[in-house]
Order: sequence, then structure tokens, then C-alpha cells
Amino acid sequence: MTAVQDNNVPMVQADRVSKNFGSNRVLKSISLTVKRGEVLCLVGPSGSGKSTFLRCINHLERVDAGRLKVDGVLVGYEERGEKLYELHPKEAARQRRDIGMVFQRFNLFPHMTALENIVEAPIRVKGMKKADAETRARELLARVGLANKADSYPAHLSGGQQQRVAIARALAMDPKLMLFDEPTSALDPELVGEVLDVMKKLAESGMTMIVVTHEMGFAREVADSLVFMDGGVVVESGDPVEVLTNPQHKRTQAFLSKVL
Amino acid sequence: MKSSKDELSAAGNPLPPTADEPEPIKAIRLKHPVRIIFAIILIVALAIFLIDAAQRPAYSWGNFSKYIFDKRISQAAGFTLLLTIYSMAIAIVLGITIAVMRLSDNPVVKGVAWLYLWIFRGTPVYVQLVFWGLITTIYQTIDIGIPFTQPWISIESKGFIDVFWLSVIGLALNEAAYMAEIVRAGILSVDKGQDEAATALGMSWMQTMRRVIIPQAMRIIIPPTGNEVISMLKTTSLVTAVPFSFDLYGRARDISVEIYDPIPLLLVASAWYLAFTSVLMVGQYFLEKRFSRGVGQARTDKKGGIDPDQTGAIQVATGAVRVDAHGSEHTK
Repeated sequence: MTAVQDNNVPMVQADRVSKNFGSNRVLKSISLTVKRGEVLCLVGPSGSGKSTFLRCINHLERVDAGRLKVDGVLVGYEERGEKLYELHPKEAARQRRDIGMVFQRFNLFPHMTALENIVEAPIRVKGMKKADAETRARELLARVGLANKADSYPAHLSGGQQQRVAIARALAMDPKLMLFDEPTSALDPELVGEVLDVMKKLAESGMTMIVVTHEMGFAREVADSLVFMDGGVVVESGDPVEVLTNPQHKRTQAFLSKVL
Repeated sequence: MKSSKDELSAAGNPLPPTADEPEPIKAIRLKHPVRIIFAIILIVALAIFLIDAAQRPAYSWGNFSKYIFDKRISQAAGFTLLLTIYSMAIAIVLGITIAVMRLSDNPVVKGVAWLYLWIFRGTPVYVQLVFWGLITTIYQTIDIGIPFTQPWISIESKGFIDVFWLSVIGLALNEAAYMAEIVRAGILSVDKGQDEAATALGMSWMQTMRRVIIPQAMRIIIPPTGNEVISMLKTTSLVTAVPFSFDLYGRARDISVEIYDPIPLLLVASAWYLAFTSVLMVGQYFLEKRFSRGVGQARTDKKGGIDPDQTGAIQVATGAVRVDAHGSEHTK
């Protein structure tokens, strides 16, 4: 699968993306575009579908209607002629390699040290040499400020440290897009800052990021655009400062008055 | 390991020592007369039994010591071990396969796995072993060709497989049903986020299973599997149903028929079974330790030692985990 190297092709393009869980429509015609190097924050009340949308982008959930493209390539399906074909798991896995994901509950592998967590996928999936993968992993650990924690097991790290290892683990696959699913929601308040700092540095380095978050300060400071979702639809989107200070829609106003 | 109290004060938040330190309590210890009497009764009863057993002619200790290291017996012990190892090895592989089949989305695959469990758990292992003994009578030839037509090749099934391997198959297939349930419980115990994280990294289903899910499921799988091994060691005594008679119990019985003295040979067999199960219990202890890696074990990191810059809060937290996992001995 050759990635389209045209810089005009948006990194993520969602065209009327819809998703059902049984008879429950959790995403209703979501259309949005994320440009290369852009940081997009998805905000909204719980159950609004923002996490589901994020999970659709790397095909952890399948899209039921509409088209979702990452880097110009359709996610989870292949279009041949008029028909859509479901991708073979191997192909789906190949697509996911280029998309890093950070979870609310870190999901580090508890039976591996921080270093082993980071080198696992580069070695197994990309076929990297162990020594190279470890050198790179140590660089990444240093980048997230945990150079001395390489040999620690996740159980012996604080939540903030675990989440930073998880970010390093995702970065080890050299993703072109990073997805963050409420990365600070499971953290004690005093640990939130260290994770947001790492994310901010990552954004400054030009990484394309989609961040589901309740951290409005982060959204205001770091995001290039902000999307407010509710009930499975995009209610409002635009410049984060604009949306946060001067929300146009009633539902946005109601939500922001509660969280700000 | 220092106590967690020392670690707390080392973290830079020591409480100032107070002058009016309270006096330690020196109370008269509470007595438990009923417990003491009960313990004495137990000791006396045990002593009476042992003294009596040592003298009782039916046990014929002379024959016991004559046959305990008899060559036939130690060879039989070897067969019992082989039966246990082979059938457990097959049962574990087959059990994992069936467990994965039961978790499949395909209703047919799932159904077949369920059917297997239903049959092999629902009938006694002794009856199954008798069936395996009769298999060469039920299927007298092994045919290769198009079903229900004249076979191309037809092999006599007798002589194709001996009673030892029939015993192994019989024990393994029965055990696989139980192993499948143990493995399934283990797999289901692993947090779904683990599967998602591995998938999101682009790992295949097989890689996710082998590298992420199974190693974590092992923590749940190992203790009951250890019990199954110990149980299997004893179940091998049923292979007489096949009939295979070179195992420990079979041999002991043969010798007792020879010398018209069954009881000392029962004791001989029991002594060997006990010795093996004792060794297995020790092995299980170390296996359990190995697979609890990353879950509140005593060492802070792989290389040992504690990072100097770890905060006091985390030190105390890990101390608490240690207490949970290993009882009170680690916290002084």
C-alpha cells in the first residue's frame, strides 16, 4: 500500500461517517477533515460518539456508512469498481501500523518492562533488529522524560509515567497520525500536566494529532481546530479559541458552561 | 527490604520525634485452652496410629522395604511419569485450541468445541479409557480413499498403535476438555484493552495471542494447571481400563498377586505417587512466581534495586502491592 505523498491530500477525511451499535446510531454522518500537521481536539459530553469516531479511524470499530480515508486511503475497506470489499485482517493491520493510538487506561503490557513494551511492535511487526529497536526506544523514553525507567514494569510506574511510556510505544512505530483517546482522564490531577506537556511537544514537532479530551486549556493552547460533538453529530467546529469563547450553538454553550 | 515506614520518612517528609512516646503495651497473652486440648488429642491419636501401624502384621513392612526400590517398580514409576507428561502436553495444546475455538465468532467452530466439552466432560474417564482400549475392535482398519467407496489403502489398526499410546490419547483427550475451560477462563481474564493496544500497534491476531494475551492469561492458567498435572499423575492409575499395566499401580498390583500380599505394595505405590506430587508442588510454586512478572512482585525493576528518584508516594504504593501479593512477610 503506497502512501500518497501529495501534501494536499488531507491526513484524515471523513465523509458522512456513520456507525451503529445494534439499533443504536452512535455516529450520524460525521464529516470532517484533518490536514497534515494539524492538531484537532474532539470535545463533547460522554456518549457523544467522539471515542467511537476515533476508534473508527484505525478500524478498531468498523464504519457502517460513509467513507473514511486516512492519507487518501480508505480505512477498513477496498473499493474496486462499484463495490466495497472488506479488508483482510493482514491489510487492516498494515493500515494500523501507521496510526499510533494512546488509550485512556494506558493499556501497557503489564508483563513487559517499559522498554519491552516499546520495542515489541517494531520488532514483531516491522521486523526491526532488536538492538536498533532498543536504541530507538531509549531515545523515545528520553523524549518523554523517562530515560531512567526503561527497566521498570508498568505496575511500578505512576499513571502519568505509564501514559508517557504508552505515547513512546505508539511513536516507536513512526506513525503519520496519532490518536489520543482521553489520555489524561484516568490520571490524578497532579499527573495530568506531565502528559499534556509531552503531547504539546509532539504537536510542536509537526505530528498530526486527533485528541479526544476534556482538557479545554490544552485544546485552547495547542489545537489548531476544535470539534464539538453531541449525540453522534458534529454540533460545532472551528478555531478552538473562537469556539470556546464564543460558542454559537446552544448545546455547545450548555456543555462549556459545565466544564469551564 | 526496608519497611514501608522507613521509605516514607526517606522520602523527605519525616515526622518530628516526640518526647512523650507512648509506652509499648505488655499485656498477658490470652490463653486458648480448648485449642491446646484439641492439639494434644490430635498428637496422641496420631502417635497411637503410627505405633500400631509399625507393629501391625498386615502392613508387612518387610515386603514394603523389599519392593519400594524394586527395579520393576521404578520402571513402572517411569511409565507413570511418561503417561503424565505426554498426556498433559497433548491436553494443554488441544485445550488451548478448543478454548480459542470456543471464543470464535463462527457458530459452527464454537459449537464443535462445545460438543467436545459436552462429551468428554460428561462421561467418566474410566469409561473413556475402556473405549480407547476397544478402538481397534471398533475400527479394525484405517482406510484412505473416498468415503463410502472401496478404499485405496487399508491398514490393519491393530499393531498400528499400542496400549501405551492408547492410554495417552485417552487421558489427553479427557484432560483437554478441562484444560480448555481453564485456558478460556485465563484468556477472558485479560483486559480487553490489551487486545486493543496490540491490534492498534498493527500486531496480527496470532502475535497478539502469543505475545500479549497468553502470557498474561498464564497467571490465571498456571495454578489450576498445576492441580491438573497432579491430578493427572494419579488418574494414570486408571489406565488399567485400557488395559495398560506397566504403570505404577498396575505393576504394584501384579507383584502383589505374585506374592499374595497386596497391602505393602499399595503402600509402595502410594509412596511413589506422594514423592512425585511433592516435587510437582514445588515446581508449581516457581512457575507461579515466574508468571506473576509485572504484577506486584518484590523487585522494583528487572535489574533489581530501587530507583533513587522514585517519589515517596509510589514507594509506599508498591509496598502495599507487595503485601497484597505475598502476605505480610515482605513488609517486616
